[in-house]
Amino acid sequence: MIHSLFLINSSGDIFLEKHWKSVVSRSVCDYFFEAQERATEAENVPPVIPTPHHYLLSVYRHKIFFVAVIQTEVPPLFVIEFLHRVVDTFQDYFGVCSEPMIKDNVVVVYEVLEEMLDNGFPLATESNILKELIKPPTILRTVVNTITGSTNVGNQLPTGQLSVVPWRRTGVKYTNNEAYFDVIEEIDAIIDKSGSTITAEIQGVIDACVKLTGMPDLTLSFMNPRLLDDVSFHPCVRFKRWESERILSFIPPDGNFRLLSYHVSAQNLVAIPVYVKHNISFRDSSSLGRFEITVGPKQTMGKTIEGVIILSQMPRGVLNMSLTPSQGTHTFDPVTKMLSWDVGKINPQKLPSLKGTMSLQAGASKPDENPTINLQFKIQQLAISGLKVNRLDMYGEKYKPFKGIKYMTKAGKFQVRT
Amino acid sequence: MTVGKDVSALFPDVVNCMQTDNLELKKLVYLYLMNYAKSQPDMAIMAVNTFVKDCEDPNPLIRALAVRTMGCIRVDKITEYLCEPLRKCLKDEDPYVRKTAAVCVAKLHDINAQLVEDQGFLDTLKDLISDSNPMVVANAVAALSEIAESHPSSNLLDLNPQSINKLLTALNECTEWGQIFILDCLANYMPKDDREAQSICERVTPRLSHANSAVVLSAVKVLMKFMEMLSKDLDYYGTLLKKLAPPLVTLLSAEPELQYVALRNINLIVQKRPEILKHEMKVFFVKYNDPIYVKLEKLDIMIRLASQANIAQVLAELKEYATEVDVDFVRKAVRAIGRCAIKVEQSAERCVSTLLDLIQTKVNYVVQEAIVVIKDIFRKYPNKYESVIATLCENLDSLDEPEARAAMIWIVGEYAERIDNADELLESFLEGFHDESTQVQLQLLTAIVKLFLKKPTETQELVQQVLSLATQDSDNPDLRDRGYIYWRLLSTDPVAAKEVVLAEKPLISEETDLIEPTLLDELICYIGTLASVYHKPPSAFVEGGRGVVHKSLPPRTASNESTESPEAAPAGAPTGEQPDVIPTQGDLLGDLLNLDLGPPVSGPPLATSSVQMGAVDLLGGGLDSLMGDEPEGIGDTNFGAPPAAAPARPGAPIGSGLSDLFDLTSGVGTLSGSYVAPKAVWLPAMKAKGLEISGTFTRQVGSISMDLQLTNKALQVMMDFAIQFNRNSFGLAPAAPLQVHAPLSPNQTVEISLPLNTVGSVMKMDPLNNLQVAVKNNIDIFYFSTLYPLHILFVEDGKMDRQMFLATWKDIPNENEAQFQIRDCPLNAEAVSSRLQSSNIFTIAKRNVEGQDMLYQSLKLTNGIWVLAELRIQPGNTSFTDLELSLKCRAPEVSPHVYQAYETILKN
Repeated sequence: MIHSLFLINSSGDIFLEKHWKSVVSRSVCDYFFEAQERATEAENVPPVIPTPHHYLLSVYRHKIFFVAVIQTEVPPLFVIEFLHRVVDTFQDYFGVCSEPMIKDNVVVVYEVLEEMLDNGFPLATESNILKELIKPPTILRTVVNTITGSTNVGNQLPTGQLSVVPWRRTGVKYTNNEAYFDVIEEIDAIIDKSGSTITAEIQGVIDACVKLTGMPDLTLSFMNPRLLDDVSFHPCVRFKRWESERILSFIPPDGNFRLLSYHVSAQNLVAIPVYVKHNISFRDSSSLGRFEITVGPKQTMGKTIEGVIILSQMPRGVLNMSLTPSQGTHTFDPVTKMLSWDVGKINPQKLPSLKGTMSLQAGASKPDENPTINLQFKIQQLAISGLKVNRLDMYGEKYKPFKGIKYMTKAGKFQVRT
Repeated sequence: MTVGKDVSALFPDVVNCMQTDNLELKKLVYLYLMNYAKSQPDMAIMAVNTFVKDCEDPNPLIRALAVRTMGCIRVDKITEYLCEPLRKCLKDEDPYVRKTAAVCVAKLHDINAQLVEDQGFLDTLKDLISDSNPMVVANAVAALSEIAESHPSSNLLDLNPQSINKLLTALNECTEWGQIFILDCLANYMPKDDREAQSICERVTPRLSHANSAVVLSAVKVLMKFMEMLSKDLDYYGTLLKKLAPPLVTLLSAEPELQYVALRNINLIVQKRPEILKHEMKVFFVKYNDPIYVKLEKLDIMIRLASQANIAQVLAELKEYATEVDVDFVRKAVRAIGRCAIKVEQSAERCVSTLLDLIQTKVNYVVQEAIVVIKDIFRKYPNKYESVIATLCENLDSLDEPEARAAMIWIVGEYAERIDNADELLESFLEGFHDESTQVQLQLLTAIVKLFLKKPTETQELVQQVLSLATQDSDNPDLRDRGYIYWRLLSTDPVAAKEVVLAEKPLISEETDLIEPTLLDELICYIGTLASVYHKPPSAFVEGGRGVVHKSLPPRTASNESTESPEAAPAGAPTGEQPDVIPTQGDLLGDLLNLDLGPPVSGPPLATSSVQMGAVDLLGGGLDSLMGDEPEGIGDTNFGAPPAAAPARPGAPIGSGLSDLFDLTSGVGTLSGSYVAPKAVWLPAMKAKGLEISGTFTRQVGSISMDLQLTNKALQVMMDFAIQFNRNSFGLAPAAPLQVHAPLSPNQTVEISLPLNTVGSVMKMDPLNNLQVAVKNNIDIFYFSTLYPLHILFVEDGKMDRQMFLATWKDIPNENEAQFQIRDCPLNAEAVSSRLQSSNIFTIAKRNVEGQDMLYQSLKLTNGIWVLAELRIQPGNTSFTDLELSLKCRAPEVSPHVYQAYETILKN
């Protein structure tokens, strides 16, 4: 099982280590550093690294490497999933997961890690239970703790672990009972030069924020459940009910959680809400190139596209760019060759465009590769797949909760080739 | 303590605080103990009492905390005292305590394995598998799995259908991590039949929709493994295939690290069952900001999925990738185009033109990579795309990597006759011969020899130059040896040299980069583990000392015979069988050595010594004579024969070797008909003045023939062959004269198939199947006798009507019945029946009596004698069966021979 965990920052310092069994020497990380050196960028460090006596499995998130050490055959996905869970927990506890934040809260971090694994076996990974065991730090509590000398360790033991619904703590009480659901869809797409779609798929999630008293039993039904043929559920969802009736029936965890994630693949025809017109040309002879991009709405079902940001990694030969946007602001970093253009809203009457010239290295031949345009955008109140929640019912408790549902479509990995 | 100060001096005081009711204080004390117990083992014993007390606390959570902490105190002395409380906790009424205690056993085992075994904790742990609480079950399984890993031989996780049922129930209710443990454990189980496999699959399938990707992949493993047992015609099989695709695709939308592991596994799955993901090509398209390790894996899978239907799309993508920034990735993309060409024949043309486009870009590494793959395409489709050679030659100067240079040289050598200036091209390479890498040097040597053989007149000098460079000036033994071989070949027998050097090369196929099937099957059992990430069996990288259990896929069973299927091996049996099936490297090496060291004839050692001598001599005078030679045409090039005894007749061994190969294949080919014994020597050369005859009998579609092999081992030519049979029991006689067309020169072998009929004169022989033969040639007349297998006389219409069979069986007196035993037959009833059928022994009826199959069979001999048989098949140990044969025949003297025929047919 999981032996040890090392946290390493991007400059290669080990700033935290935790051992669940016997202590593994830090020197084991040298193999990791070797691999890190070989990979040009932090993202490219291979996730599984063998060493003579151990295996190092790592994830890279928030500019920190979380390196787990294992000694025996353990499913690597198990370890990687767990590491991601650790990161999520930190984020949940401290708001952001960063090196200074972890250093500031090192005591809580240790306590949390101690509770998450027992001898390498996962013990309590549900944030509900963890928060009951170890209270997340807040300013107020820090003040109180300094004055009274108490700590963050909860003086209750996790009763939730005993129940058949380990994800929900008992004795929850709220004055306002509310249940909110966010349907968020991300479009992953590759669009080719001519504007036709090569692949497009939708990664959807339903995130919930449920603050309900007692032990409510919820059912959520959809107008068009047929869209959901590839789904992953939170453990609280009763799978049989879904199989037979296509209804989500569950006792929700308390607080924020991801109820469901789903995948709508290319076969179901994914609507592409934006288009990008581009004209990027380098000429062999001159050291100037032309650059022109226009963005416009395509299939938006009448909704506005907001928060549009265009990022493009320009070829190495580009020295500088002089561009004028019709709206928004743009920057070009001559070192990383990254062009970014914060467009904002798209007004269909007046399409945003960015035009100008690129200056190239004199005498160099024209670049081999064409820049790929990366697009980010948001559309409120629309689930691009057409998924719609029909109704939410609550059983088992007497009060009437507030209910709310929100839809949003975002760009995931949305790339336009030029 | 947390800031690094040593506060171990406070040990006694701290231990005193243990007996507090304040939970927070208790936790702190436990933390203190875990830290300092190791450095102060004597003091730690003081804490034992408190642990024992806490283990009896009314609050289950405190009991659990105590048992959990206990296990973390890694002090040998203490562990003994902890057994008692642990035993109690394992039987605690509260599931939370039991579940914590289960993990504690694993902890304790890590510290002191012997103690755990002596105290019988393992058995208690096994009992916990059937606990009522799913969490307890999951933890017990997890603990057992961990312990089992250090004890591969102990059957800790011996599962039976009842415990499987428990596990499946627990699976639905335990935490995600528990599900992983249970699924991994399930994967080691071997269901006893396909129905059980299907019911397990049905209950595991919902796990595919879990949010935790490790659960999903473990479920995929179980399904992939058990699917092996399901019949492909089953509707359920198809449904299952369909259900597997979406979760695999979903794994690819997770974080890159998860994607990587998933892709490595998908790579295996795609090789095992390409049908699962054949429509999902697009999800493997590369995004430009994927990490490089994900990109490379995706590319690999794209090629595996490439087919005629989607090749256009794939090629367009690959071409796109070839213009990306990352050099490694671009190279792999170009290579992928080549692999597509080899895999999908229809696309070859398009691939080649894509590659040519890429060469036009003149990007150095793209061009080099393209040339390497074009070489492979040439090998796969010889004489098809030579038109592109000109374009390739244009880029000759820009090649600076050994592999690309070697590939280009190979192309020039292979197509030397079509490239006008091939000699100039190769000569230009030759200038810097010593600076080239070995790969290029070897290739250059071969290419120039090829060129010489194709255009001998103009290139004599060149070949001499390269041979001297390779043999004289090189330190590399490989290169030198190859130089000598070519040189010797050229000097002794240029025709043979041509045959050898310009021999047709075996085609390459896409399978070259597939994982070999046995390994693949093993790896499928390890989906989701490190083994699957490395594509190596665990035995190849798990540290020594920990023995590894080989896993194998379950055999497919048909539902009707599954109950008595003898193949179903016990679950997760520690198979030491693997090495028996596939010889380990050591064995192979041994074999090779044996082959070399213990020669059956005295030839080889002589040959080796002569070669060595030759080499020595070559170094001396041979080269001079080579250099001094005059350019001549190839037909009679006289290279100044190497002074020492060159390996005699270089052409002959190869020729005969080849014919041996063909023998083999023809032998295999006839197997589809009735069984043919391998040829045996009937007449040794010593007894027949140098004529050696070996042969065998065959029966194919109604005609009997005698396959003869005549070898002339004398020094003179043999001709005028004729053959005659003495009278025999079944009237066998040659149906045609023995036709040996050309005279048989010394050391030549000829193969003849002599058709036979059964209309000759009859005389009862002893033994019954004895045949006396006379063979005549220009030297003398020779006599020999041989025994023919009786089954060549079984005729095609030997199938008796059922009623008739019953009547005849009763009719033949019991004293005519003969009984025989056939032991250790490696076949089951089905196979026995079909094997016999191909030799004209017909199964008329089949019955199952008390678990034993009874086959009733009939056969008819050429002279009209019917033989009736009753074959009782007793399932013996695992894969062998014992047969009991009862034969009834009106002429009982044929029975022993029929029995012999049975035995030969079934055992070969």
